[in-house]
Amino acid sequence: MKYLTEFRNGEIAQRMAREIAAITTRPWKIMEVCGGQTHSIIRNGIDQMLPAGIEMIHGPGCPVCVTPLELIDKALAIAAQPGVIFCSFGDMLRVPGTECDLFQVKGACGDVRVVYSPLDAVELAAKNPDKQVVFFGVGFETTAPANAMSVHLAKRRGLKNFSLLVSHVLVPPAISAIMESPGHPNGEDLPLGTPGNKVQAFLLAGHVCSVMGYWEYPPLAEKYRVPLVVTGFEPLDLLDGIRRAVVQLEAGRHEVENAYERVVTFEGNRAAQKLLGEVFEVTDRAWRGIGVIPKSGWRLSDAYREFDAEERFQISGIHTQESALCRAGDVLRGAIKPAECGAFGKECTPRHPLGATMVSSEGACAAYYNYGRFLSAEELAKTVVSCQ
Amino acid sequence: MCLAIPGKVEEITTEGGLRMGRVNFGGVVKRVCLDYVPEVEVGDYTIVHVGFALSKIDEETAEQTLKDFREMGVLDEELGSEEEAFTRAAAAPQSACPGGSCAVEKH
Ligand code: SF4
Repeated sequence: MKYLTEFRNGEIAQRMAREIAAITTRPWKIMEVCGGQTHSIIRNGIDQMLPAGIEMIHGPGCPVCVTPLELIDKALAIAAQPGVIFCSFGDMLRVPGTECDLFQVKGACGDVRVVYSPLDAVELAAKNPDKQVVFFGVGFETTAPANAMSVHLAKRRGLKNFSLLVSHVLVPPAISAIMESPGHPNGEDLPLGTPGNKVQAFLLAGHVCSVMGYWEYPPLAEKYRVPLVVTGFEPLDLLDGIRRAVVQLEAGRHEVENAYERVVTFEGNRAAQKLLGEVFEVTDRAWRGIGVIPKSGWRLSDAYREFDAEERFQISGIHTQESALCRAGDVLRGAIKPAECGAFGKECTPRHPLGATMVSSEGACAAYYNYGRFLSAEELAKTVVSCQ
Repeated sequence: MCLAIPGKVEEITTEGGLRMGRVNFGGVVKRVCLDYVPEVEVGDYTIVHVGFALSKIDEETAEQTLKDFREMGVLDEELGSEEEAFTRAAAAPQSACPGGSCAVEKH
């Protein structure tokens, strides 16, 4: 395991952590939305460098983890059909469906391929006119421009044998859902730090904002009175994001701030946003473990509906069954830490995952397991007490 | 799939109406779509998401980020070949085992 202190940047990081400690007068709970950031925080032990009162809550931002089980099962059913080439990003291979995963389908009968870019799948469709090529288009706003371009290109090239199994999810509605879930009294002017009011600031995912910019966020900061800080993935970026969130919290401010200026602009990538607006339309989406969040995803718009794999394959008779033990939903909402799940490290390990959060390297459960975080709930509770 | 990786544009071509480029990610070279970044030229650095360049960044930031990502061990996962992805998957979780009926395993 490689902790931050071993990094070339270790000293700067320690200094930044001391700076955060110096300005912290009260306990604060800060959520990093993105799974990549969760991974980086746990891997580098950033949460352990912070003063005791600052608690990092891990958010639902891992697309592998929140893709609904029903859609995984549909993917497995489509991939198993003869005459289909099923393409996916490598991360999806081991996500457990109700009965198996994509990797097992490949071993059994299916033609499952891993591609680097959705354009590779379009290319496969052009080269294999007698096959149906399906791309599993999952992800947040980050992978969307790539998926949008792939359908756009397939349409332009008149490819009738390419389709997209879409499960795009969006960050802003997820923030609203978290703030409005029980324990986050919205609108009531509770003083920050009171127990019912869990997340008090958010780190926004830098790479999502490199596509979308951050013009969508000021209304959220205003409505929920939380600081939102656009933050990168590297250890020092994360510490800087956390520091800026704490500065705002301590001063009672709630603004949108960009701590990732070298990559992210306010507008984001306009060309990408334009095509996204053409190819996709907003829809309600089910998030695995969390449930349906209104207007929280994208599906193909009418003009591109013919490329929707769900329409083309009409898979029915899916009966999903989640593990009764798994508390991934609570983990994804930040309500519990992975180690507080009764199955963590017992029935559920990366070798035998009960939930998707244990599969993806960006899932909070896997990050905790892989980096040896076996704190019991009592130990965790002690940490919380000691900071008050 | 989630990380954007910075790379250096080595060549720009047009393929099937798309602006494409060869981008070097600290040694690994990939074909990348440059349609969303008309401002990017040969020699520039850009951050790339699943084969699509999304914004231009400066060289120093790019090199620093590549270095950090390598230290964090995330480069292979993002840029690995299909074969490597399957090898990783083969070594990864064994079964979904709904309901927790599988053998209990301790760390
Ligand atoms: S530890 Fe396993 S069973 Fe528990 S919430 Fe995480 S994925 Fe689900």
